[in-house]
Amino acid sequence: MSTDLIYLVTGAGVSMLGFRGFVTRAHLFWKILGINLMGSGIFLILIAAPPRLPGGEADPVPQAMVLTGIVVALSATALALGVALRVAVRTGRPYLEEEAGDPVDHPTAASEIRREME
Amino acid sequence: MTDVALWSTAAVAGPLLGAILTLVRGRLFTQLGLAVAAASSLLAGLGLTRIVALEGPGRHLLGGWGAPLGIELLADGLAVIMLLTTAGVGSAVSLYATAYFGDVDDPGMDVAPGGRAARFFTPVWLLLWTSLNGVFLSGDLFNLYVNLEILGLSAAAVVTLAVTAKATLAGMRYLLVSLVGSMLFLLGVALLYTAYGTLSLEGLAAAGPTGVVPAVALGAMTVGLAAKTALFPLHAWLPPAHSAAPAPGSALLSALVVKASFYIIVRLWLHVYGVGLVGAGEGALLFLGALGAGAVVWGSLLALRQLSLKRLIAYSTVAQIGYLFIMFPLLPEVAGGVAQEGEMGWRVDAWGGGIYHAVSHAFAKAAMFLAAGTMTYAVADDSLPSISGIAHRLPMSFLAFGLGGLSLAGLPPSGGFVAKWLMLSAALATDRWLWAGIIALGGLLTIAYVLLVMRYALEVRETPTAFRSVPRRMEWTAMALALTAVALGFRAVEILDLLDVGGAAPW
Amino acid sequence: MIPILDWALLPLLVVLSSFVPGIWIMFLREDQHGLRTGLNMAGAIAKFVLVILMLQGVAMGLSYEWRIEVLPGIAFSLVGDGLALLFVTLSASLWLVTTVYAVGYLEGSPHRTRFFSFFSLCVTATTGLAMAGDLFTFVIFYEALTWATYPLIVHRGSPEAIRAGRLYLIYTLTAGTVLVVGAVALFAEAGTLDFVPGGALDPEAVAGAPVRYLVIFFLLLGGLAVKAALVPLHGWLPTAMVAPAPVSALLHAVAVVKAGAFGVVRLLHSIFGIELATEMGVAIVVAMGAGFTIIYGSVRALNQDDLKRRLAFSTVSQLSYVALGVALLLPASHIGGLVHLVHQGIMKITLFFCAGVLSEVLGVKRVSDMGGVGRRLPLTMGAFSIAALGMVGLPPMAGFISKWYLGIGGLGSDLPWVVPVLLASSLLNAAYFLPIVRTAWFDDRNSEWKDSGRGAFLEADWRLVLPAVTTALLALGCGLLAGSEWSPLGWTLLLVERGHL
Repeated sequence: MSTDLIYLVTGAGVSMLGFRGFVTRAHLFWKILGINLMGSGIFLILIAAPPRLPGGEADPVPQAMVLTGIVVALSATALALGVALRVAVRTGRPYLEEEAGDPVDHPTAASEIRREME
Repeated sequence: MTDVALWSTAAVAGPLLGAILTLVRGRLFTQLGLAVAAASSLLAGLGLTRIVALEGPGRHLLGGWGAPLGIELLADGLAVIMLLTTAGVGSAVSLYATAYFGDVDDPGMDVAPGGRAARFFTPVWLLLWTSLNGVFLSGDLFNLYVNLEILGLSAAAVVTLAVTAKATLAGMRYLLVSLVGSMLFLLGVALLYTAYGTLSLEGLAAAGPTGVVPAVALGAMTVGLAAKTALFPLHAWLPPAHSAAPAPGSALLSALVVKASFYIIVRLWLHVYGVGLVGAGEGALLFLGALGAGAVVWGSLLALRQLSLKRLIAYSTVAQIGYLFIMFPLLPEVAGGVAQEGEMGWRVDAWGGGIYHAVSHAFAKAAMFLAAGTMTYAVADDSLPSISGIAHRLPMSFLAFGLGGLSLAGLPPSGGFVAKWLMLSAALATDRWLWAGIIALGGLLTIAYVLLVMRYALEVRETPTAFRSVPRRMEWTAMALALTAVALGFRAVEILDLLDVGGAAPW
Repeated sequence: MIPILDWALLPLLVVLSSFVPGIWIMFLREDQHGLRTGLNMAGAIAKFVLVILMLQGVAMGLSYEWRIEVLPGIAFSLVGDGLALLFVTLSASLWLVTTVYAVGYLEGSPHRTRFFSFFSLCVTATTGLAMAGDLFTFVIFYEALTWATYPLIVHRGSPEAIRAGRLYLIYTLTAGTVLVVGAVALFAEAGTLDFVPGGALDPEAVAGAPVRYLVIFFLLLGGLAVKAALVPLHGWLPTAMVAPAPVSALLHAVAVVKAGAFGVVRLLHSIFGIELATEMGVAIVVAMGAGFTIIYGSVRALNQDDLKRRLAFSTVSQLSYVALGVALLLPASHIGGLVHLVHQGIMKITLFFCAGVLSEVLGVKRVSDMGGVGRRLPLTMGAFSIAALGMVGLPPMAGFISKWYLGIGGLGSDLPWVVPVLLASSLLNAAYFLPIVRTAWFDDRNSEWKDSGRGAFLEADWRLVLPAVTTALLALGCGLLAGSEWSPLGWTLLLVERGHL
């Protein structure tokens, strides 16, 4: 088994795991973590791209892409965590309330975060 | 620096510079930032249009790095039309926003105390504008990915600017969907790079992607992008998100943001994969069209059941997005059969109709959301009964809403009518009567929900509700957008000619 | 004599002459009465003058055309030719009169800004579709007419007005959609949408794909028949009479139903051509539908006690004379049909004006309550009687002329039922119109009149009475002076002579 294949299979597996976590876990933190895991798996797949340069040297393009991708993922995660935190404060629970109908403002939490924002 | 380089750099750098300027506190810098962004976008759009019209598609390699490593910018007819649409809608919405958020002491219902939304709307929106222009000008997949991700983040941020729990939840859901969508897109990018060793759209098109890996890649990218575009049945996130955002944000999301991911789908399907799709891939085109038809019917029916003005308009976006996808099955020259040898082109009228619909919907829907925002601003409530009789208080906003609805429903004279005419003509010329029927039915359903709003607005009420006076600027910006949507119905020749540059045909 | 004006822009100006005031009025305040009325009248007079200039030019042999390409191969074109002028002159002159009437009728009522704005847009759409040079332009104005009329129908905001408006929209918008599909299909198949005298389609192409063209024909006809109120697609028209009287007048005589009838004329004349339509066997279908509608409308009119409802069913019936006339192969019947387009408009607008005066001045809305109104409102009822007798077809009224030509056409045609239908319809017309006239003049007063008092120097507000009298005299004149070349009949004969039909 070549190294590339290991990367590829691991990457696919990690991606799947991440997606599964995203779908099955209700807690927002887990969902965000799941998306991160998906991203990491895809980065692994990218790294596994066969070398295109003569002499067997590693292809720099996927590495550049992965680096950029990590930066993007970092900022995305930061924003997502920020919004998740606000969801938790404002509704009182860190979940997407799928079937609870229209969400109601959580009075104390809302005023709290408003004060925080001032 | 070539002209292409100059203008395409301006298109991306202008809004970005504007965003940075607005981070300095104070009204002056906010307005300066908006002005810089609007001016550079408009000029870049016009400059590139001129080049594309006179010399054909323009290319530019940023920093001189060629594919596969470098960033490639590409301007063809489709790109400049989307760029101009964004510039037009974006400028009008910017003007509207300065009035909407202007009165910080007396903010609208969805504006945070202390003007949080007022303070952060402009930088977030300008970042969004940057990424929109970036998406439209990107000539390679990775560049598309980065811009798409910035787009998704800033769009979700626009939703969460409103402080209600509802808006936060909607924004959260939107953000999650958007992130997963980007991941799927990235997966496709990785697979394609693995298979072909290039990221350039034209390079991939030249390689003629066929086989299992490219098919999986296309599938993953399409699902991800369809989720971001809110194509039925992946649309559930859209109505809460688009209706919860502050009104200028709603307008931008519905008019422009969903079009960006649609734009990438068009690029991939028509231009990159085009050749492989003629014949064997027709089933896939049909499938996209079927989803579009589902969106038209389902979105319209749900729009009819809404009790909140902005939610109704948001469901209408779901329905209208369906029309964009009905374009796909109408593209092949022959219905049902296998295309002849050498007949690689797509039907020009289907292509023109689909893109024309995207453009006129952008103007019409922005006008409707802005007008709706003006109405809810005036009565500080968003439910349909609360806007009862508003037509007599805000005639110009009502008219803007009506004209936008006119274009949306494809009634003449309007851009929407021209778009529907073209799509119908593509359907009927190839004997696709079923599609023609769906297009016609969707128009009638649209009329039904537009009239639902009209009926409330025209009511004569005994007891007038509390009414806040509205800045004039909010009224006429919506009107300007609506009139543009109508004006698109009088002259389509030039725009269709421009669309032919680069064109519908696979590269 | 030379043409006074030969600008190609003239048709566009005719359309703009009501469009600009319409838009302008939309942004006026409710209390700007003077400016609003001034704009209205200025627009109406300007349109009238422009149309007369164009009429003179066309009589001299000119043809006006203004076009702008919208889509490849499809233009937005306005044409001032003979057939267009027939309709546009009718609209422009009746609009002028109706504007005066509407200003008087709506005095003191709310939302007049909205009303007059859409009133102008409604006429804009009508003149536009009258002068449409191709089916694309026609469709644009046809649809525009729908949404310009809707606010007028629901103007009062009462539940039944809203209901009538909804019914109107359901009928007309569905029809509009069908028409658009038909037009696109026609373009996809034939590659042209232009209106050409004698037919734009190539008979060989039609013979090559007969079913396809049949489908297209019926799509187009279905789209047009709703506005033309052909049974069974007429349901919206009697309900829509809840609208204020000037709107009914406009609806029944100038704009909506006329647009439908004119569309049928264009379909048979300028798209398929009457010979081709006869060959395809579709003309006979139109003729039979029209024949049935003529009888059905008359029979239904018999037992309506509500005056406006009776008039509405009368419109259903009378309008189909036009369709019947143009669906027969003989020139005489064409002349009859086209002339009736004009004559029916003038007579029917008179009747609705009078009905409006009755309800506005006396509060009388039902035929059974009309006893003795003739003595209280002699001018109004005089006008009503002239128009009603004309509708029945008594010489020397306008209606006689059109029925005469239709009858000649019917005698010459190989359809044996045409003449009996015409005769039966005339008898039925007499049966539902003459009792009204008798009640009004000879019966004693039998109901409470709200009588809002006499006008300054006439039996009621002059703005209500004089329009009715004017159009009644016009109807009389069209009959008496039918031999003149400037009468509707003279103009139609000119069209035939020039081979426009």
